Amino acid sequence: MLATPLLSLAIWVPILAGFAVLATGADRNAPLARMLALLGAVAGLLVTIPLYTGFDLNTPAMQFVELHSWIPRFNVNYHLGVDGISVLFVLLNSFITVTVILAGWQVIDSRVAQYNAGFLIMSGLLNGIFSSLDGVLFYVFFEASLIPLYLIIGIWGGSNRVYAAFKFFLFTLMGSLLFLIALLYLFIESGGSFSILDWHKLPLGLTAQTWLFLAFLVAFAVKVPMWPVHTWLPDAHVEAPTGGSIVLAAIALKLGAYGFLRFSLPIAPDASHELSGLVIALSLIAIIYIGFVALVQEDMKKLVAYSSIAHMGFVTLGFFMFSALGVEGALVQMISHGFVSGAMFFAIGVMYDRAHSRQIADYGGVVNSMPKFAAFFMLFAMANAGLPATSGFVGEFMVILAAVDYNFWVAFAAATTMIVGAAYTLWMYKRVVFGAVANHHVAELTDINGREFLIFVLFAAGALGMGLYPQPFTEVMHSSVNELLRHVALSKIQ
Amino acid sequence: MLLMACVILIVDLFVKDRKRTVIFVATQLTLVGAAVVTFATSSGEIGYTFSNMYVGDLMGDLLKLLVYLTVIIVLFYSRDYILEREQMARSEYYVLALFATLGMMVMISANHFLTVYIGLELLSLSLYALVAMNRDSVPATEAAMKYFVLGALASGLLLYGMSMIYGATGTLEITAVAERLYMGQANKSILVFGLVFLVSGIAFKLGVVPFHMWIPDVYHGAPTAVALLIATAPKLAAFAIVMRMLVNGLVVLAQDWQTMLILLSVLSMAIGNIAAIAQTNLKRMLAYSAISHMGFMLLGLVTGVVGGDARFALNAYSSSMFYVITYVLTSAGTFGMILLLARGGLESDQIDDFKGLNKRSPWFAAVMMMMMFSMAGIPFFVGFFAKFSVLQAVVAAGYLWLAVVAVLFSLIGCFYYLRVVKIMYFDPPTNTAPIHAPLDMKILMSANGLAVAVLGIFPQALMSLCAFALLRSL
Repeated sequence: MLATPLLSLAIWVPILAGFAVLATGADRNAPLARMLALLGAVAGLLVTIPLYTGFDLNTPAMQFVELHSWIPRFNVNYHLGVDGISVLFVLLNSFITVTVILAGWQVIDSRVAQYNAGFLIMSGLLNGIFSSLDGVLFYVFFEASLIPLYLIIGIWGGSNRVYAAFKFFLFTLMGSLLFLIALLYLFIESGGSFSILDWHKLPLGLTAQTWLFLAFLVAFAVKVPMWPVHTWLPDAHVEAPTGGSIVLAAIALKLGAYGFLRFSLPIAPDASHELSGLVIALSLIAIIYIGFVALVQEDMKKLVAYSSIAHMGFVTLGFFMFSALGVEGALVQMISHGFVSGAMFFAIGVMYDRAHSRQIADYGGVVNSMPKFAAFFMLFAMANAGLPATSGFVGEFMVILAAVDYNFWVAFAAATTMIVGAAYTLWMYKRVVFGAVANHHVAELTDINGREFLIFVLFAAGALGMGLYPQPFTEVMHSSVNELLRHVALSKIQ
Repeated sequence: MLLMACVILIVDLFVKDRKRTVIFVATQLTLVGAAVVTFATSSGEIGYTFSNMYVGDLMGDLLKLLVYLTVIIVLFYSRDYILEREQMARSEYYVLALFATLGMMVMISANHFLTVYIGLELLSLSLYALVAMNRDSVPATEAAMKYFVLGALASGLLLYGMSMIYGATGTLEITAVAERLYMGQANKSILVFGLVFLVSGIAFKLGVVPFHMWIPDVYHGAPTAVALLIATAPKLAAFAIVMRMLVNGLVVLAQDWQTMLILLSVLSMAIGNIAAIAQTNLKRMLAYSAISHMGFMLLGLVTGVVGGDARFALNAYSSSMFYVITYVLTSAGTFGMILLLARGGLESDQIDDFKGLNKRSPWFAAVMMMMMFSMAGIPFFVGFFAKFSVLQAVVAAGYLWLAVVAVLFSLIGCFYYLRVVKIMYFDPPTNTAPIHAPLDMKILMSANGLAVAVLGIFPQALMSLCAFALLRSL
């Protein structure tokens, strides 16, 4: 294919930029650190664009492959490549990084270099996760990405940040350590290979598949997060600074779902079919129960966090119905959620920066003092509720269509959340934005400035573009998804 | 070769004068010289000297070089700490450190149970004295007493075990013991009885549960410079004697001692990791963490022989060796950091002393963070690949349950390492004084930190080196 190692660039440009930002040192160099960080983030985004323009739509195979020996002793390779499923996440991630750097531009005023460097390094690591084709490489990126987020939550977070940071780290680590053992087991079973693609072809008995599937399930369910291991997410979101919440919601949650597609389904297809009932049940609980939990939240960030869990329930539901429509719907939902939840958290961050409160009760009548903001917030609230013409609608609608095919009652249960989702989002919106001006703090709010306007426009372009014209997204994933489903339909038991 | 090293060491003891700098330089030169001699005489062949009492092989040479390197680093780290404390500012520290090093050399090269014992005693006696060096300190004296009494008991156990083995096989030469065992000319019940004592003695020296009682007190009570010495190089030597006695000598009994080691290993990981959570003193926390790390290291040893099949042995033992080397590297860095912060005669061994280190010195906070994440086994740091290679050996040997137990305890262990990171990064500093340290120490500390990161990204070379050394030595 192309001679330039595009994926390596996508990984290492942000990481090196991160170290460069770190080198600017103390806070007196903050403006330099910010400029450098933005430069790094934009460069990181630019190098990923050829991944999309040069992408071959007609093949399900891995593209832009890079293969170098890394640790020959254990046959571990530096093996990168993307298919139609992962390439979109690399792009999304690089895009989100730019917005995150912009979002922290004025708000973060202590240890600026470390803050920006943390996000840049994390961005590179996340790109690494999405493009790894080697089990160990994947795992290394997967775990290493915990460190920056742990620090970001812990240093720049809210009052209960230490608790949230620990909970986040230990929950995720718990899942990933079992995942590590599953990787080692596959390494032995496959006769000494860590290549994920080799594992896809590896025949395995049902018992082995079931255990592997469960190990993967623990790892990825924590990350998605699925009910009942979701409890770290609201804490992490509430305490994280705005940028941390954006990355967490827009990208980090996608890792778990991506893991299902890359590991669980193709490596243990029989067990996936066998246990799909379990996953669908968990997904429905997430969609319905967590939807109601979101309804009663007092804290805006918590509300959006719970709504994220419910939305991710749609994603796992879509995967485990084993239909092209379901999987593609789920993928669209993932990307869309990246834009919408990122924007929601940013909107909450904008208000928090001004009034220093996230409690719904402290607001009311914001539209009077911040009309431009209210308009954007309306758009994203609608997208979060799944209004047609926004990206939120497309994914949910595709998943529900697939569910009707699969089982009417599943579809019925999932569709009810359209109502609950609309209820909690719009009710929050109403209480915060409309009504009489609640107090003098609200009256003194200033409307968004140019920088915030730009970020909202970026997010809005994503959310609306995807809602009105989803084809550029779906056509990329089409052949990979079909290939995956064809693979999953074949039994591996011999 | 070994003779040369000994001669240089002993001669050096007599040429010392009162000037401390001279002593320091002389000691370092001695170590460097000995290392060069070891390196130059290393042929890669297995050779025996002193009527088969000593063995020289590639594994031994590699471990010796690492011991020299570690002791050199340790002395650099300790130098200022020793200088600032009048009651300790004598040449004894260096002399005893050299004797301890000599003891370790003897242990590493021993091909005779008695040689092992002599080396071990030389090491232990030097360390007892070192621990007690701060005469006015009550905890230090207590630690030294405890160490001495328990250490003597362990030596007794070890000797008793050796005598049983002599009774069963009629020889104490390790290679000869192995031969007789292959021939089946040994009384199995006496042998196993002896093995129990031998393993107990070794377990004490490694500091694994239930023979770990001395570790927390000694780490805590001993002057930090001494704790640094105890926590690093002797682990390499202890690994060597385990390899010599259990693997070279008693590999026929592998099934028996592996079962014992599994028990020791699981208990160590459990007690070490859980007890570490409750500690407020960093040295004490590191002591419990050392217990759990030694437990983890043993995991590699227990998976060498599976059902009489030694196919996995090389893989398993080299993973253990890699583990112990990386542990020593990380441990040296961590204690070095305590020494770096302990300035002006004040100790800095409470975890709270690290509060807000990120504000005081972002670079050293980052180094310490790398150490902590490496110990916790998080990539991209070398500790991850150490855990990875041991776990890989465990899974290859078919002990899946053991691997699961191991990772669950590392998860618990992760908590207290994270807490140190939390203290450094999330908490405001209580002491805002900038860090003063001599340039050589700063450079070495940075190099140590970078080594942890670089080896974490490119672990291949060291891994292969361990495997190669063992391949040529077994």
